[in-house]
Amino acid sequence: MRNEVGELPGVPLTEKDVLHKKVLSTEWDPKLKWAWDTGIGYGRYLNELKKGRIVGSKCNKCKRVLLPARAFCELCFRQVDEWVHLKDTGTVNTFSIAYTDWVARRIKEPRIPAMIEIDGSGGVAILHLLGAVDPKQVRVGLRVKAVWKPESQREGAITDILHWLPMGEG
Amino acid sequence: MSAGRVAIVGVGYTPFRPITPDVSFREMVYEAAAKAYEDAGIEPQKDLDACVTCQDDFEHGRSIWNEQTPDSLGAVLKPVGTIPGDGIYGLIDAYMQIRSGLRNVVVVETHSKASNMITRNYLLAHAPDPIYNKPLSQHPYYIAGMEMNRFLYETGNTKEQCAMVAVKNRRNALSNPVAAYGQKSAVEDVLGSEMISYPLTELDTSSHADGGIVMVLASEDRARSLAGKPVWIKGVGWCSETPWLESRNWGEAVYAKLAADMAYRIAKINEPREDIDFAEVDDTFSYKELQHLEALGLCQRGMAGRMTSDGVTQRQGELPVNVSGGSLGVGHLVEATGLQKVLEVVLQLRGEAGKRQLDNARVGLAQSWRGIPYASGAVAILSRE
Repeated sequence: MRNEVGELPGVPLTEKDVLHKKVLSTEWDPKLKWAWDTGIGYGRYLNELKKGRIVGSKCNKCKRVLLPARAFCELCFRQVDEWVHLKDTGTVNTFSIAYTDWVARRIKEPRIPAMIEIDGSGGVAILHLLGAVDPKQVRVGLRVKAVWKPESQREGAITDILHWLPMGEG
Repeated sequence: MSAGRVAIVGVGYTPFRPITPDVSFREMVYEAAAKAYEDAGIEPQKDLDACVTCQDDFEHGRSIWNEQTPDSLGAVLKPVGTIPGDGIYGLIDAYMQIRSGLRNVVVVETHSKASNMITRNYLLAHAPDPIYNKPLSQHPYYIAGMEMNRFLYETGNTKEQCAMVAVKNRRNALSNPVAAYGQKSAVEDVLGSEMISYPLTELDTSSHADGGIVMVLASEDRARSLAGKPVWIKGVGWCSETPWLESRNWGEAVYAKLAADMAYRIAKINEPREDIDFAEVDDTFSYKELQHLEALGLCQRGMAGRMTSDGVTQRQGELPVNVSGGSLGVGHLVEATGLQKVLEVVLQLRGEAGKRQLDNARVGLAQSWRGIPYASGAVAILSRE
């Protein structure tokens, strides 16, 4: 492709032009911080993670389990009826093998984000990472189990679960 | 195709507070929405044709944030319109969808979680032009100071009259159970409070509050079939002046004048001072109320201060202004500020304003300003007939 274009018109910019301020540039440190109120849904879910548990909320009208737990059912537009503790095992609904980091640099060891259908939820999946899995072995339908941080290191965050490991074939 | 009149048939809101640590924004909006649907007597899944939501990404700290709100509105799997601007723009969007005959029932949502943005001054610093204005790096409230200074210079209105606005609105807020900053104060308190950027003092300036506001709009046919009291949208208008600080009119709110001209034309109002019974106008800063009253044609140029010191804009006056407490008394609700003003007009027109109910509220005007550093805003005129 590149060869077909031939010589590009104009003067290309180099990194030096920017560093030496030969072109208009402006820098600003944003210093933007937010402190979100977790409220009922997020608050309960994160507290339960700290205890090493996955909690959903149940709507008795549509019979769905909402994951992560929420205060109201968005389809029935009503408050949820109960909190339900779920197992920390599940089935891979879909996954990807990601070879780039946050700033899109290539990484050697890929990360494997997956939607994991939590057992007992009726097929509702949460986003998390598969760990110590050979990318060639990952497949839709893989059975996995959560690996938790030690209790003393949990802080009420989604990362209180380190990753999910295959439960072995069968 | 109805293409007829459009009414606000339901309103819901949460109390406006400096902080709201008990609920997430989702739960706050859910509460406001549930109240609005109850008020309108509709079920969102069955009756709602579309929703419009008004949020700013930077304010909430998440990209494309306003796609989050349909969840809290019972509006998933429905058409959603997202507006990164003030709530009155959302109201106008919903109005047009219904007026055009495209929809029968549309909900408008906007909320503030201003307390969750904890480096607000740095956020505001990103608004001015990054090449010409920002490198001069003062806190952008100097823009309000310069505007106030020129406005007073050109019109002969005084700092004392601006202070009277701040005193009036915070006093009004004491009669509004959901206002966050009601208090009794004196003109000397305002003038003597800390100077923010001459001639603007701390008490000339509104403080932020959290809160959610949801409104249900319906076509005339649909509104007639519902049990509640419809409030009719008679006219709407909006306008943006040049974004250049260097080119704008510093002494006059031209955007508000042109927005009002549009709204009056649609509402067939020739004599606003005669036809408008009361108004909720932008008062982010005390002088803005005076500047906006003049731009809206609710008094002669240079007479808004006099009208204020004569008590005309008091709750008992001939033209009550910001009876709700305004932004100075209720709290500034960021993108929800305009809808708070519409909310007060609706409650007054329905006769549901409680202790602060006006005697003769037939036609009311709500007006918003987008805020520093811009000169833009919107107007809505509502009537109980």
